[in-house]
Amino acid sequence: MNSKVTETETFAGTTSPASRHISRDERLIFERSAPGKRGMELPPLDVPAVDPAAALGRDFVRDSIEGFPEVSEIEVIRHFTRLSSWNYAIDLGMYPLGSCTMKYNPRVNEFVARLDGLASEHPEQPGEVSQGCLRILHDLQKCLLAITGMDAATLQPAAGAQGELTGLLMIRAYLESQGNARKKVLIPDSAHGTNPASVVIAGYEVQNIKSNDRGQIDTDHLREYVKDDVAALMLTNPSTIGVFEERIAEIAQILHERGALVYMDGANMNALAGVTRPGDFGVDVMHLNLHKTFSTPHGGGGPGAGPVMVKKILEPFLPIPVVLQKENGQYALDCNRPRAIGRVRAYCGNFGVLLRALAYTLAYGPGIRQATEDAVVNANYIRKHLEGVFDLPYNLPSMHEVVFSDARQKKHGVSTMDIAKRLIDYGFHPYTTAFPLIVPGAMMIEPTESESREECDLLIGAMLAIAAEAEANPDLLRSAPHSTRIGRLDEVAAARKPILRWKP
Amino acid sequence: MRYLPKSPSERQEMLEAIGARSVEEFYQAIPEKFRLRETLPLPGPLSEMEIIQYFQARAAENARGFTSFLGAGVYQHLRSVVTDALVQRGEFLTSYTPYQAEMAQGTLTAIFEFQTLMSQLTGQEVANASMYDGSTALTEAVLMAERLTGRHRVLVARSVHPEYRQVLATYAKNLGLEIEEIRYTPSGQVDNAALTPKLLATAAAVVIQSPNFFGVLEELPTLAEKVHAAGGLVVTAITEAVSLGIVRPPAEADIVAMEGQAFGVGPSYGGPYVGVIATREKFVRQMPGRLAGQTTDAAGRRGFVLTLATREQHIRREKATSNICTNEALYALVATIHLCLLGKEGLREMALQNLAKAHFAQVELEKIPGVRRVFSGPTFNEFTLEFPRSVKLVNAALLRENIVGPFALGTHYPELTKRALVCVTEGTPRAEIERMAAAVRRILETPI
Repeated sequence: MNSKVTETETFAGTTSPASRHISRDERLIFERSAPGKRGMELPPLDVPAVDPAAALGRDFVRDSIEGFPEVSEIEVIRHFTRLSSWNYAIDLGMYPLGSCTMKYNPRVNEFVARLDGLASEHPEQPGEVSQGCLRILHDLQKCLLAITGMDAATLQPAAGAQGELTGLLMIRAYLESQGNARKKVLIPDSAHGTNPASVVIAGYEVQNIKSNDRGQIDTDHLREYVKDDVAALMLTNPSTIGVFEERIAEIAQILHERGALVYMDGANMNALAGVTRPGDFGVDVMHLNLHKTFSTPHGGGGPGAGPVMVKKILEPFLPIPVVLQKENGQYALDCNRPRAIGRVRAYCGNFGVLLRALAYTLAYGPGIRQATEDAVVNANYIRKHLEGVFDLPYNLPSMHEVVFSDARQKKHGVSTMDIAKRLIDYGFHPYTTAFPLIVPGAMMIEPTESESREECDLLIGAMLAIAAEAEANPDLLRSAPHSTRIGRLDEVAAARKPILRWKP
Repeated sequence: MRYLPKSPSERQEMLEAIGARSVEEFYQAIPEKFRLRETLPLPGPLSEMEIIQYFQARAAENARGFTSFLGAGVYQHLRSVVTDALVQRGEFLTSYTPYQAEMAQGTLTAIFEFQTLMSQLTGQEVANASMYDGSTALTEAVLMAERLTGRHRVLVARSVHPEYRQVLATYAKNLGLEIEEIRYTPSGQVDNAALTPKLLATAAAVVIQSPNFFGVLEELPTLAEKVHAAGGLVVTAITEAVSLGIVRPPAEADIVAMEGQAFGVGPSYGGPYVGVIATREKFVRQMPGRLAGQTTDAAGRRGFVLTLATREQHIRREKATSNICTNEALYALVATIHLCLLGKEGLREMALQNLAKAHFAQVELEKIPGVRRVFSGPTFNEFTLEFPRSVKLVNAALLRENIVGPFALGTHYPELTKRALVCVTEGTPRAEIERMAAAVRRILETPI
């Protein structure tokens, strides 16, 4: 054991006294609390005070909140700054999570989202004093339609999964208007988990379809599945193994011939923007994840935004409100749409996220194609250098991401998770593990366009070093990470006896 | 392009290393006829300064600098600059969902603190890591009640936020979930008499909001007793979360669906906000959304992980409790920091100021001939007034004086035309309340 500790400490170089600073063991805010402290003061009340018991009735007034924090401003600053130092972030280095598209989040987007006159605007204020907000929404819609080649859009959905549901509800409404909503939605086994979950909420049954040995949709099989009870196929293109569906036109034709529609999960649109348009290759409805392709920050798990783009036939079913420009040039929200699926979220969607996505699009303009190309070059560059060392289960041309498996390292008793955890010691966030489900022991790497050649080389170097370690010293991987303030956590215990809040 | 870290020669060298002649080779799988030959018709590229100018121009076309008396689900409260400084740290802003716990203890610890704060505030045992917003949180809470009871009918108070009810209707439509509306009384509260034993016997849940859309507080304890006796659940929505600084929490509710926007999140024309679901411990496995839980590493050190993931879509796929994946983590962090700054006393003081200022505004406005209070129930920082004229006309005139007037209830309630919902918070100076009251008086005195 001793030799391992020495080795890892040497590797991580974390034996300086600074590492023993209190920030390595910051307590919870509740444990810093002491009665009478506070971190924010209000201007004095400029109207007569009101006795709450008299105004509301004694039964409506609450007692003091037990255990609620009482801390000063500097303590709040230190607490959250210390917590932040325990996170990895794009701002620190490559975040090669496949499927998650961790690209640079431009700072000007944060600046403009906070402008007085945008951040301050109330969603119920009259249209005549909301023209700026409405134009932002309308301009973004136009950009997204140009990039996707679709006909109409809603910016309402709060995230990709809600976009999926919105798109499916529109498919259902359209098919109902044709006389039959149908029963099933087909989903390839390589799909994101949100796809089947959304299908169920839209009132459809999930029919899983197997990928062929190339990781693609088998069109012969598809033909067998597409019967009159099928409402749609939900496909991700490029698929979750980072490969374009070569037979997309044929796939769309198979669906359309039977009156079914094609839904595209646009999670991987960053491989296509400026290169090809889903509207041209047969897609009827799709969503975009603005927190992926359009650079809005992930923020530790949201907010996102999941706009949905549709072909003309689905336009009447867009959720309310719809942003439009009137003949006099004024912008307005249209709620008077009798065939709409209804409302999917209060107000106008995640406006602050939408605004950032527009800022991103304006920064690139038509040059967005260069971002797409760079992302594809980075993925292929990493693939080229790791191929042969790590197993590549699907040997098809990669686009924006590459999926390896741990098949070779498994022989040494090392799993994708062990390799991922060891990558932390080399200063990187792990790649995506255990997804897509069609690749056992998946190692899914997506560098995005935001990485320089130097950063790609560092990742490649780390992965090659880890592959060598897997043979020479597999224990080092199985017990990784060694450089973080905390080791692998007991997830089983966490789920067996959940502790979900602090208690005094 | 300033966001792209490659020089032209590096691009070339990387292509050579790969063994590709040009980037076109990577697009071979895309059928030729679908490959774009022309550049996209997009505006730009814009420099940073041009982007700022574009958005400043848009901001100038809005109600910048106006005083607003709108609430109706979105509230303008005072915030400390500290909150924004902290959430803009790249380590929070540009990190991913904390699936890799060793590299995300900052986010996970903050979520655990958020869950604790939300539990304390709502009087519930557990709260999740966040939902999209209040409207979708309410819908998810109702679906959760349906799963827990096995009943497929919900009774929803007409005094629940109309847009929340619309969202619920959109989701419910294809799930075989029936929605029945419960009327309100002259007090503005839900009509308990309408909740007959027969109606309750088959109801999964009774859904109320408090303070409700008219600003009136609902009496929860008696209602909950009645609903529980019939085997149903109580779902309580909260849109004005600052009320919890002084108002008794909905401890008797089984599920609380809250909009946390009032905790330091700006109005931002409708989002992003932060939804919350809080509930009883025994219901946690039917809860949607992420949860952070406490555990230890091999050395026994405390740490936090995402837990009970077998409820979630990435594990359970079509059998998940919800399709939610990305939620509103950064705004949960905003609320957490904001509440830590305010603290126990600060939140109470903020709530008391809201109560006092709204009371003051109500008295001032009721002095105007023809203006009267509509509902008799107790209110927090919003109240409903009847005007002798169309609210739209009054508001159009107020707008000319740089005042965004109160919410016209007739938009959603045909029976409440000429009624408006006035909101006043601690951020509304007394002088502005008086200016608005004077303007309303003048407008109403002017012959049409």
